[in-house]
Order: sequence, then C-alpha cells, then structure tokens
Amino acid sequence: MIQQSHVTQQAKLFFFRYGPLLLTFAVFLAVYFTGGRLYPVMQKPQVFFNLFINDGSLLLVSIGMTLVILTGGIDLSVGGMIALVSTASAALLRSGASPYLVIPLMIIIGVAFGALMGWIIQTLKVQPFIATLMGLFFARGMAYIISLTSVTIKDAFYKKIALTPIYIPFIPKAYIYPTTLVGPIMLLVAIYLCFFTRFGRTIYAMGNNEQSALLMGLSVPRTKIMVYAFSGLCSALGGIVFSMSLLAGYGQFATGMELDAIAAVVIGGTSLSGGIGNVFGTLFGVLIHGTIVSILQFNGTLSSWWTRIGVGVLTLIAIGIQSVFYIRKKHS
Amino acid sequence: MRQKSFLGRFRESQLFWPLVAWVIILIFNAFVDPSFFKIGIMPDPVYGNHLYGNLIDVFNNGAPLILVAIGMTMVIATGGIDLSVGAVIAISAAMGAVLINPALGNKLISNEILTKDATNTPLAIIILADLAAGTLCGLWNGFLVSRVRIQPMVATLILMVAGRGIAQLITNGQIMTIYYTPYFWFGNGYILGLPVSIYIVAVVLLLGWLLVRKTPIGLFIESVGINAKATYYSGINEQNVKLLAYAFCGFCGAIAGLILSSYVHSADGNNNGLYYELDAILSVVIGGTLMTGGRFSMLASAIGAVVIWTFTVTIYSLGVPANALLAAKAVLVLVVILLYSDYSRRLINRLFERRRGIRHDTAIPRDTAS
Repeated sequence: MIQQSHVTQQAKLFFFRYGPLLLTFAVFLAVYFTGGRLYPVMQKPQVFFNLFINDGSLLLVSIGMTLVILTGGIDLSVGGMIALVSTASAALLRSGASPYLVIPLMIIIGVAFGALMGWIIQTLKVQPFIATLMGLFFARGMAYIISLTSVTIKDAFYKKIALTPIYIPFIPKAYIYPTTLVGPIMLLVAIYLCFFTRFGRTIYAMGNNEQSALLMGLSVPRTKIMVYAFSGLCSALGGIVFSMSLLAGYGQFATGMELDAIAAVVIGGTSLSGGIGNVFGTLFGVLIHGTIVSILQFNGTLSSWWTRIGVGVLTLIAIGIQSVFYIRKKHS
Repeated sequence: MRQKSFLGRFRESQLFWPLVAWVIILIFNAFVDPSFFKIGIMPDPVYGNHLYGNLIDVFNNGAPLILVAIGMTMVIATGGIDLSVGAVIAISAAMGAVLINPALGNKLISNEILTKDATNTPLAIIILADLAAGTLCGLWNGFLVSRVRIQPMVATLILMVAGRGIAQLITNGQIMTIYYTPYFWFGNGYILGLPVSIYIVAVVLLLGWLLVRKTPIGLFIESVGINAKATYYSGINEQNVKLLAYAFCGFCGAIAGLILSSYVHSADGNNNGLYYELDAILSVVIGGTLMTGGRFSMLASAIGAVVIWTFTVTIYSLGVPANALLAAKAVLVLVVILLYSDYSRRLINRLFERRRGIRHDTAIPRDTAS
C-alpha cells in the first residue's frame, strides 16, 4: 500500500515536472502523424529530415532564445542578426575574402553584438525588450547599408558545403546537409550548459528570482551578459547556415523570425516569465513549426498564412497547458 | 513646501523630456536643412487649398503612429504591453478594403468592376466594421490578459503572430487596392487647410483625456499598473479596467489602420503597420511612461510619436535610403536609452540643482499632463 502510494507520488512528480515537455512531444507526434495520414508522401523518412534541413537556422536561433527567456529576458534581435550576418558574409565573400576568415569573423561579430546588448541591459538597467529591439533595428539597418539588394554567394567552399548531401546510414535515400548538423550540435552544447554547469544553474536561478540569485552570491551580471552573447552566437551561426542554404545574403532574410522563435520556445514548454522549461522542448517546438509548414506545402491549396494562424493557435494551446500545470504545481 | 515656479513644474512634468528631444531634432534641422520648416499653400482641386511642407507631413504621416501610441500608453499604464497593434492595423485595413470591394456579392468579377470608383457598402458601415474589428481584437487581448490571466506579452504575441494571417485570410492573400475615392478622405483629405488625420488624432486625444482625467478611470488604470492586487482589494474591478485598456488600444489601432489604408490606397496583410508595435512602444518610452505601469501621459506619448516621425522625415530629407532608416532608428533608441537611464538622469538633475542652488525636496511629482 505504502509502496504503491510512493510510486504514484513519484509518477505524479514526474508528470508535473515533465508534463509540458511530454505534451509538446505528443502534440508533435499527433501533428506529424495526422500529416502522414492525410498525405502519404509525408510518411517518407526524408520528410522528417527535411524538417531539420529547412528549419536549421530557426532551431539555432530558438536555442539561444530559450536560454535568454529562461533568464526572464527576451531577444528580439535574432532575425536582424541573421540578415546582417548573411549580407555581411556574402559581401565579404564577393570581395574575395577567404571563407575561413569570414566564418570566424561573423561568429565574433555575433558574440560581440550579443554581449553588448547584454551589457546595456545589465549596466544601464534597460528592459531587454527595448535593448534588443534596438539590436534588431541596428542589425537590419546595417544589412541594408551593406547592400540594398540581394547578394549571391559564388564561393566554392560555401557551394560545396551547401550542395554535399550526407546520407543517413540504414535509411535508404535519406540525406541531410552538413549545415543541418550545426543545430543539433548546438542543442547538445546548450543541454550541457543548462544542466551540467554553474552557468546553467545560474540561468535557472536568475529566471526564478533574480534578487535572490544575486543575494545567494551568484554572478548574475556576468551570466546575463553571457546569455545574450550566447544568443548572439546562436543567431550568427543561424545566419551562416541561412546564407549557406540559400547561397545569398539579403537584408530582408528572416523577417519575423524572432516571433517564430519565441513561439517555438513557448510551444516547447518554456515559460516567458523565466526559470521554467528547457532546451529539449524547444526542439519539438521548432519541429512542430516545421511540420505545419510542410503539411501546408503538401496540401498545396492551403495558403501560407495558415502557418501563422496555426502557430498562433498552438502557442495559445501551449500557454493554456502551461498555466494549468504551473497552477497545479503551486497548489501541490 | 516651496511653491515651485512654472518652469520647475514644467521640468518635472512628463512632457518635458519628449519636448526636449523634439526641439533638439528641430534645431538640428534648422542648421542642416532650413527648408524643413517651409510651409506653403498648395491648391488642390479635390479638397481645396491646403498647407504643405515637412512639418505638415510629420503630423499627417505620423497620425497612425500617434494613435497607436495613445492606445499603447493606456495598456502600458496598466502594467501590460500590446504587441499586436501592427496586426490589428493590418486586420482593420483588410476589413475596410474587402467591404469596399465593389465586386462583393457580385458573381461576375471583371477587372472593370474591381477598379470601379464605387462600393456596395455604405461608408458608415465600412468605418464601423473597421473599428469593430479592431476593438474586437483588443477585447480578445483584454480577455486573455484579464480573465485567462496570461502574461500580457504572451497573450498579445498570439494575435501578433496570428493577426497577420487573419488579415491575409480576410483579403484572401492579396494586396487589395482601393479605388473608392470617398474613402481616401481620411488619409488625404483636408479641413481648413490641415490634414483630416490631425483632427482625428485631436478628437481621440480629447476623448482619451476626458476618459482618464474627467472620470475615475485614469486613477483606476494607474492604480492597477502600480499594484493590481491592492487595487482589487480596494474594491475596484481590476479585470474590467484591463479589459477597457486593451479594447481602447485595439480601437486606436483600428483607426490607425483606417487612416493608413486610406493613405496608401491599399490593404496589404503582410506589410500594413509593420513594426508599428515597436515604434509605438518606443513612443511611449520616449514619452516617459514607465514600462512597469503606473503614472502615464497620453499627450507625452503622442509627442514621443511625433519625435519619431520628425526624426524619420529628417532622415529621409537627408537622403538616406528608406531601408537604412532602421539603423538610424537604432541610434535614436540608444540615445533615448542613455538619456533615460538612471545614471544620466542623476547627472542632469545634479547639473540643474547646482546651477539654481536649490535642493529640491522629494515632493510627489505633480501631473500636469493629460
């Protein structure tokens, strides 16, 4: 009897802790299999890998966004960073710079940009919303200053990476591109950072209550700047992946991606007030976004605006689920 | 307590800083391009003689932003935020364009019918439908925030993402061009030589002022923004106060959509009111209303919006390409951030005090603004 109640309690705890994550996973499976039932073409394994190929940069950006949101902040500059990085790298490559120089330079720009915004937020006590909004304006504007039109990339190295498929072992005719791997690798890095380092624990502590994290002696200012720098790194990588997959750079790239990323993070079970959620859920948030897009593509008659409506409705559902869970959690 | 001079009161009012920012931009213009201030009279066969010039343009083109900023002030004063105003503008514009469409109800659709300067719907119904659509969006936001108790940022994010989809759903994904001339009056018409949109802004500002300063609602809004729980315990229905604020914001967004679509003669679900939510929040910040809620001033936010548009027009008249404007705007945000940060405020206040040789006692700042 006692044993059983212990087990139920354990199960209950598990359910409350991982409930939103499991539900996100379930929603993903449901959406994916509904798509598979409706459009048998979607049952091909390649469609699943296409999710990663098409949403590679969204995944990267969302990973950075998750960490920022976990601290209770927000980063609106990610879409602008992608535009800036893609345009700047395309312009540099056009003028003959080596890709081995351009890629590290872009990463440095991303990290420095993120760190600067973090510094403004931390030192000048500006709301993250406003500071990163400035970042969005600045990055997108700079992209347009570099070039008003789309710049194509003709560099051999970029082309080679963009067009070399990697075949998945054991699954026939399924492939990904080298750029697709960047997202999952960063996901592993983020999981390591979140759960196995002091940095990650400080993030969660800050998100729950910044004041008490500070009083506990955690290095809140440094962590805050580092989180925004990490988000800058992720969006710079996202920009590189984006420019490699399209072989171009343009100031209009990734318009509104910050919203898709925030929606993916929220659908993935992370609370926008900070401190609750994890990066793993974000992966499913991004996959759900990709699945909706591909269902619309397979349908053909439904128009693209249904993506936005679908994402909006799913965000609403995700928030509903979250609030139910967290209210319960508070009571228990 | 020392009776403060008019100047001292003015310096402590919320209008001071936005006006300073505006004057700085105007002085910059006076040095760089004095023709900025030129105002002439232009004969117009449709609307009669009217004034033209950069300053008139600032108010005419800036009217939608001023309206949205007024609505946003109310929401931010309750401690919330409304990210969906851009989408609301798009929805209201789409609503108007679809109802105007003379082919509505016609089975036979030809290019001739579509481009006709006529409509089957009375103009009053079109306007009412526009305003109703926007107010409904505002009510939806207010419902999510006040009844379902979702954080304002998330609640309005939903409509921000889905709203543009809805706008495209209404127009069936097309950019609808409007050919019905009476509709253009809102964005292009003139009364007594001044653009109609200025009058619309003035009326909304007056209505807002009456609402928040001549009834207790303004006090309720401020108290909800400062402490919603305490407000609830003092017997005020804080849910309805929030609902009202969001509905008002949606209403303002709808008027903005009406003016904007009338001005550009078209409705485009993707681009109508793009980045307006960000500009509106920026206007409110320039206007000195705290993002955490509480004391607010609609007039100060309106001046904030005017600052943004004066800046925009200045940049355009300097010959900077439209797309690079975003970078210039980022610099503006940075300057605003620096001006409003505690550090620089302390510095400026100290300068003021040293020169006057007065030590201000910590009196409650008087609210002279509306």
